[in-house]
Amino acid sequence: MRTVQRAALAALFLLAGIAGASAHPHVWVTAKSELVYSPDGKLKEIRHAWTFDEMFSAFAAQGLDTNNDGKLSREELADLAKTNVESLKEFGYFTVSKKGEKPLEFDDPVDYWLEADDKGILTLHFTLPIKSGAPKGGIALEVYDPTYFVSFSLAEGKAISLVGAPAGCAVEAKGPDDSASQANNSESFFAQLNAGSSYGEMFANRITVRCR
Amino acid sequence: MKLRLQAFRSLGLAVVAALIGAALLAYAMPALAQGSPFGAPPGAGAPSAGLTQWILAQQAQFYRALSSAVTAAKTDGKAAFGLAWLSFLYGIFHAAGPGHGKAVISSYLVADDATMKRGIVLSFAAAIVQAIAAVALVGIAALVLGATAKAMNETVRVLELGAYGVIVLFGLALAWRKGRALLAAWSGRHKADHAAHHHHHDHSHHGHGHGHDHAHDEDCGHSHGPEPAELKGKGWLKRGLTAVIAIGMRPCSGAILVLVFALSQGIFAIGVAATFAMALGTAITVTAIALLAVWGKGIALWLTKRPAGGATLLIYAVEVAAALTIVAFGALLFTGLMASERLFPGG
Repeated sequence: MRTVQRAALAALFLLAGIAGASAHPHVWVTAKSELVYSPDGKLKEIRHAWTFDEMFSAFAAQGLDTNNDGKLSREELADLAKTNVESLKEFGYFTVSKKGEKPLEFDDPVDYWLEADDKGILTLHFTLPIKSGAPKGGIALEVYDPTYFVSFSLAEGKAISLVGAPAGCAVEAKGPDDSASQANNSESFFAQLNAGSSYGEMFANRITVRCR
Repeated sequence: MKLRLQAFRSLGLAVVAALIGAALLAYAMPALAQGSPFGAPPGAGAPSAGLTQWILAQQAQFYRALSSAVTAAKTDGKAAFGLAWLSFLYGIFHAAGPGHGKAVISSYLVADDATMKRGIVLSFAAAIVQAIAAVALVGIAALVLGATAKAMNETVRVLELGAYGVIVLFGLALAWRKGRALLAAWSGRHKADHAAHHHHHDHSHHGHGHGHDHAHDEDCGHSHGPEPAELKGKGWLKRGLTAVIAIGMRPCSGAILVLVFALSQGIFAIGVAATFAMALGTAITVTAIALLAVWGKGIALWLTKRPAGGATLLIYAVEVAAALTIVAFGALLFTGLMASERLFPGG
């Protein structure tokens, strides 16, 4: 029996050498979004503007400057924008309603395009129409990649703004590195362990609209 | 001179940091968080939110530094050294993350005769092949053909499917070989017990040392076992080479990103140098993890040394299990149930 125990211990050592993997981002996105309300006081659509990091931008735009003028026009980037929004569907546009709230469902994005600044940094614009699930007035959203392949952070300044929201509504956004949200994060992190859900939620940007 | 000493020190520190970082990242963080089919709830070693925030901030800062080093190298030749240094560090840390290299090499070392030399040689060879693959891919696709990111993604996809297929076959071949050895040892021991002959599994008691080598030879001397030379020694380089190619043919996303970015800045050659610096870093981390596997096996051998026959069987069983781990790994990767790495969206 002792041998078996020793063997088990030894096997653990072996496994320790074999196992192990962790996520880390390859793409960094700076997000700026507008929450657009309809006259009935419900969230109608989300207009995202996601700016990619310089390195990923260069990768994504590789070979797309078809007229070789050193600049990337909207037309040259049109196919890529289409591919992006189509692929994003699989990932739920990295936009979800807060756990415990009614899940949001989206229609396919409209009005999407990519633009490049003079350094070649790409920004993906798209409007995400809400099909169902939006409550009247206040709402809590999270923007993140549960697999943490893409790191989302909120743009400096006013990253999230309201358009046409009912009077008395205000938006608040917290990034994952916001110390104020840390207590929350660690709580939800351990809650997630039980729920068996993704740890990437630790990196969520939390957007809360409160209406009086 | 002082500067050189400092460089040495920081290199040493980096290596130590890599070892610690690799251990931390590999074990403290939820296993296979990327697209894991297992939901992989982390164990008690889950990092606190504070640590994760810290890692998050470090990663972001590091990535920005790497990116601006490429831009800087465009105008300032000396900045290329900074870029190489950052790439080297990137390699060290990146290799601690997901990626099949470590797992395949470690499993292979456990399954086959594990020695430090082999661990080091295989890890470095795999990293260098991987760097060459990245340079070849970006060089041919982007530089020569002007291919788009989409086309490169598709190429990587084909390469990685090939790599994962090779891993499955490699694991199967290894499992077959080790399985036969296990069976041979099992029946050999059986016969011996009945005949009350113990000579074949007693060698480690005679002070020859090299316990497991002897065990292999002796037990495999019996009827159906494969030739000893087939189990250890000469064949390893060939088998190791298969592992190296399986790992190396799938270029690492980080290297592709740096290369394409360097190309877009008109400094492809500097990007190539950075890629090799990155490979060196990767090799160090993979070596560290491979050596853990080697030592793990050593400890296993040492712990189970005394009841000789049983221990030999156990070692064979562990080797078969390690070979099957490679098969499972390759199969999960091949079927897309487990994501090793991907490029953005729909990559």
